[in-house]
Amino acid sequence: MNQDYTLEVNGVEYPVSADTSRNLLSVIRGDVGLTGTKEGCDDCECGACMVLLDGQPVNSCSFLAAQAAGRRITTIEGVMDGEHLSSLQAAMIEEGGVQCGFCTPGMVMSATALLGTNPEPDEEEVRIGLSGNLCRCTGYTKIVEAVMRAASETGDS
Amino acid sequence: MSLVIADSLADALSALAGGARPIAGGSDLVVGARQGTAALPEALVAIDRLDELKGIVTDESGVRIGAGVTHAELMTDPVIVDGLTALADAAALVGSPSTRNVGTIGGNVMNASPAMDTGAPLVVLGATVELATTGGSRRVPVSELWDGPGTTTAAADELCVALHVPPSGDRSGSAYVRLEYRRAMEIAVVGAAAAVTLDDSGALATARVALTAVAPSIVEVTGLDLTGRSAEDAVASVADAARGAASPISDLRASDGYRLHTVGVMASRAVDAAIRRAGGDSIAVPVNRAEGIGASR
Repeated sequence: MNQDYTLEVNGVEYPVSADTSRNLLSVIRGDVGLTGTKEGCDDCECGACMVLLDGQPVNSCSFLAAQAAGRRITTIEGVMDGEHLSSLQAAMIEEGGVQCGFCTPGMVMSATALLGTNPEPDEEEVRIGLSGNLCRCTGYTKIVEAVMRAASETGDS
Repeated sequence: MSLVIADSLADALSALAGGARPIAGGSDLVVGARQGTAALPEALVAIDRLDELKGIVTDESGVRIGAGVTHAELMTDPVIVDGLTALADAAALVGSPSTRNVGTIGGNVMNASPAMDTGAPLVVLGATVELATTGGSRRVPVSELWDGPGTTTAAADELCVALHVPPSGDRSGSAYVRLEYRRAMEIAVVGAAAAVTLDDSGALATARVALTAVAPSIVEVTGLDLTGRSAEDAVASVADAARGAASPISDLRASDGYRLHTVGVMASRAVDAAIRRAGGDSIAVPVNRAEGIGASR
């Protein structure tokens, strides 16, 4: 059954008419039209679909879109600092935390949420913060280093 | 199918009386539907915004944990971390940060997985589950709720609204440990929770132990009489008692024999950590990370 509702994504309200069983990932990509959020396992294991709901990371593949109505959704398209990359995005490039790039949006979302609640995490806290995100290229070391770098730069400023 | 976002507990209970099924974070229901375990119900009522299901409140009868409290809240709330530490240990091991943000204790309890991490802690802490309908509510000990893998004794129109844990005395402590192959996004291979109270001499006054993933439901180690035993004696003797209570299966994660052996090891470690916490030692949550139990990095 189709249901009409409004999703607030990156501060913009999008009217949606979609089958109630559709997941948030599918509606963000197919109806809202933002394709930065990726579908990996589609099984709540890999974290490629990570978005923020009211600032907290959620696997959008396994969250019903209609249930997100009225909540603040943030995707990878919404993390830039105005016209500039966020310090985390810049650090991911500078530290070589990106290889094939498929996990990157999800990694950035989890790390953005982590730094939002814990601006100066230690390495263990970064690894726990990213523990719901799989990467098959980097071996994680450079991603962790990028988050640590972003944290120290944010902490300094 | 249809989805209604409930505005009040009364709305949610009415929807359940009309045949709808509840959904909070969806981390079991939606994932299960996508994996083909069970299709999504025809009618869903979202209960994740209900204030009546939120919050952790302490009074003279103990601690009330709202069914909608998330694992992320359980692992950091001072009432849980200081007083119901085994439950914080368990919540901190569930899934990943995103799983812990959406997954609730009510959902975990009603999903009735024999491998659920929060189950054994709730048993040893003596928790009861509060089930509500439009006609009223009742309380059931958690161990009487679970009826087998994925099934409960609750009626279809009953909603889990809270868990209640009675007060524990001075010099009490609890812990939950699990065997795991990786540190995140993991399901317990086996696990054990212990809750103990010490007497003035440091010997055990009371002790309860329950086991994860070694039976169709969470099982308590019954007939365990550790009263008056020293810490060393209790830690040594609980392993065989735990193995006697276990009836594990073999599956892709472990053989029955491996589970039978390791659940004894986990029971000993849980009792050891619970005794040390009862004696005033500060062991950080979760014990698995603080003590290097389970998977290394």
